[in-house]
Amino acid sequence: MTVTETLHRDWRRFTLGQKLSRYAFYLASVAALVISLRTIEVIPEFLYDAPTQMADLVTRMWPLDWTYLQPTLTALVETLHIATVGTFLAVLMAVPIGLLAARNVTPSAPINLFAKFVFVTSRSVNSLVWALLFVAVFGPGPLAGTMAIAFRSIGFTGKLFAEALEEANMGSIEALTAAGASRFSTLLMGYWPQARPAFWSIALFRWDINIRESAVLGLVGAGGIGVALETAMSLLYWDQVAVVLLAIFAVVVIAEIIVTAVRARLI
Amino acid sequence: MSALDQMSSRRRAFTPNWPARLFFLAFAIYLVYAASRLGFNLERMSYGLEHGQRFLARMFPPSFARSELIISGIVESLQIAIIASFFGIVLALPVGFLAARNLMPVWITWPMRAFVALCRSFHPIIVAIIFVKAIGFGALAGVMALIVASVGFISKLFAEAIEEISLKQVEAVRATGAGFFAVLVMGVLPQVLPRFIGFSTYQLDSNLRNSTMVGIVGGGGIGATLFTAYQRFDFDVVLAILIVIVGMIMLAEIVSGWARRVFQ
Amino acid sequence: MLTPAAAGDVTDERAAAGDALVLRHLSKEYRAGVPVLKDINLEIPGSGLTAIIGPSGTGKSTLIRCINRLVQPTSGEILYGGQDLAKLGGAALREARRRIGMVFQEYNLVERLTVMENLLCGRLGYVSAWRVWLRRFPQADIDHAFSLLDAVGLSGFENRRADALSGGQRQRVGIARAVMQEPKIILADEPTSSLDPKTSVEIMELLRNLGAERNIPVVVNIHNVDLARRFATRIVGMTGGRVVYDGHPGDLTDKDLNTIYGGENWLE
Repeated sequence: MTVTETLHRDWRRFTLGQKLSRYAFYLASVAALVISLRTIEVIPEFLYDAPTQMADLVTRMWPLDWTYLQPTLTALVETLHIATVGTFLAVLMAVPIGLLAARNVTPSAPINLFAKFVFVTSRSVNSLVWALLFVAVFGPGPLAGTMAIAFRSIGFTGKLFAEALEEANMGSIEALTAAGASRFSTLLMGYWPQARPAFWSIALFRWDINIRESAVLGLVGAGGIGVALETAMSLLYWDQVAVVLLAIFAVVVIAEIIVTAVRARLI
Repeated sequence: MSALDQMSSRRRAFTPNWPARLFFLAFAIYLVYAASRLGFNLERMSYGLEHGQRFLARMFPPSFARSELIISGIVESLQIAIIASFFGIVLALPVGFLAARNLMPVWITWPMRAFVALCRSFHPIIVAIIFVKAIGFGALAGVMALIVASVGFISKLFAEAIEEISLKQVEAVRATGAGFFAVLVMGVLPQVLPRFIGFSTYQLDSNLRNSTMVGIVGGGGIGATLFTAYQRFDFDVVLAILIVIVGMIMLAEIVSGWARRVFQ
Repeated sequence: MLTPAAAGDVTDERAAAGDALVLRHLSKEYRAGVPVLKDINLEIPGSGLTAIIGPSGTGKSTLIRCINRLVQPTSGEILYGGQDLAKLGGAALREARRRIGMVFQEYNLVERLTVMENLLCGRLGYVSAWRVWLRRFPQADIDHAFSLLDAVGLSGFENRRADALSGGQRQRVGIARAVMQEPKIILADEPTSSLDPKTSVEIMELLRNLGAERNIPVVVNIHNVDLARRFATRIVGMTGGRVVYDGHPGDLTDKDLNTIYGGENWLE
């Protein structure tokens, strides 16, 4: 290949504008990193001390205090309830808003934007913060936790659901409209069958994530195993803490197994 | 029965899906049970509604009075997110490779996958608490916690992406006599790099969100400011902080949208 | 011999009888100043198979889609069954649409539903959505569906998923779905363009026979002139957004085809 041919090929792959933008991003990322490293407040003594401190922590966790298993398991069941009911409520709220956010279902740009804004807000506020808000509203306990999980998950499930709707084959919808079907009928018989597998996949995925999220809500008083964790930690019973951590790990692994098995059957 | 009716009763128009129906019924019963255990009753809901209105009233209008505190908090959260993402990505690359079952033997992939599973099992908050207790409060604990979360997330998806690649391309590169690293770079990497970039931008975004609340347990960042304001019942400050957080995350989404377009 | 349809020929009495479909001064511009349909005046007879032929991009598909308002005409009238379809909206439009059956080039079935469910979708204009979801259809509809399945040669296929069928089978389901509506007219937008030659002939036969049995007109968009000549009782030729031929298939000469399609070579 001659030099001019090589040059010609490169020119077509990335325009000058694209090349500059890429370099700009690299530069900006490196700059951000360097600035952050320079200005972050880290107490050096803590850094040097870290390995010894961690080793000390681990020794305090062993042997595990098995008497704490019973309250742990009760709290764990409550966590599962929070995760499941919370995910259910989230999906219930996310579907109508998702319909509003999908450009092919709702062709109104302002409504799409509003729905997307709802999703971003839901996702930006952390589940712990949602829990704080709901504890202030409902008082401490698993009710606040469930609502927190629900409101946090609307954004995730709704956004993915809207994307699944936007990928629907519009030909089928056209056919149903041509036959005189109402909007609701086209939603039910045209969009829903196409979005159904994605819907279940998203719901399952979010349930999995919510189990992990629900476990920590108790740290701010919103019920579940976080409460058991918080109690043990504030009393510095690290061997009990270890039991709780182990239980959380076990549940997460079991949930993963269930989810993978169900996914394999659905898809 | 007419002949027509007889004919259609022999041919069933729909096959009922009994397993699905049973599952939904069982799930509905479970929901009712679980909801009652969680405390969903009319009394609490109406109490909550009433209380919620008063709560919302106390949040408006948002108070930006202590803006220097908010700004320093947000900046620290940004720092935590950027540093944690960088080191998390850098670590996730080799860990992901080592965990890919089509590249490595079982005695390497198994412990690697177990390690990744460990990283992922615990919520970043729990990891943050442990780091706070172990190495002291402050931004460092937050950074360490988010590095663990990043490695867990990116490595898992990265390993899965590697396992999905077409081995034919890898074989082709191997056939040229290339060494191990060359095969990695020329055979595997080109196929998985776009997805890796996708995961990394997602995790950067996720770290940004998480860095805003590791402060609640002592991990630095704006979470601490938020929690203090909350405990003091300064709900208007809480709302101000929430607005800033949401604004920052929306900005980050726009930036990562640009990044994706530029790099795709 | 070109016989352009003259605008004054059509009387409103014939339109009110619900048989003929009359298009008057129909125009469509997707972009301002770039009309795709230019002042179309056409009368589709109330029986038989009318084939619309012409080169790609000449507005055949737009014309057909204007009739059931899948595309909104920029101006003009679509007189059918005593109404101007161009002016309908909301519930009235839905009512009109359920009397117009449509068959699509890409079949447009709902892939994940079974054949039976797809057929019953043809009744969506008549049955409320909840009854559809709960599958509580009138038995008469289900019987009708079964008999249509037999009529199109797909007996026993009722519980197969639509995406498990071949192209020809899918189009048969599409046709059956359109007939399930008990329509007064059937529109077909390039129904054979995605099918092999043998299946194309079968589908055209099906369309013609079903239309004849029910004594309803069938309007077909088609670019295969041979198929058009073989199955149509009336041919409409379009080029550049205008109707340039309107008459018997037997009267269609090579010179007419040249005018419609342009260029000498393709006829040889």
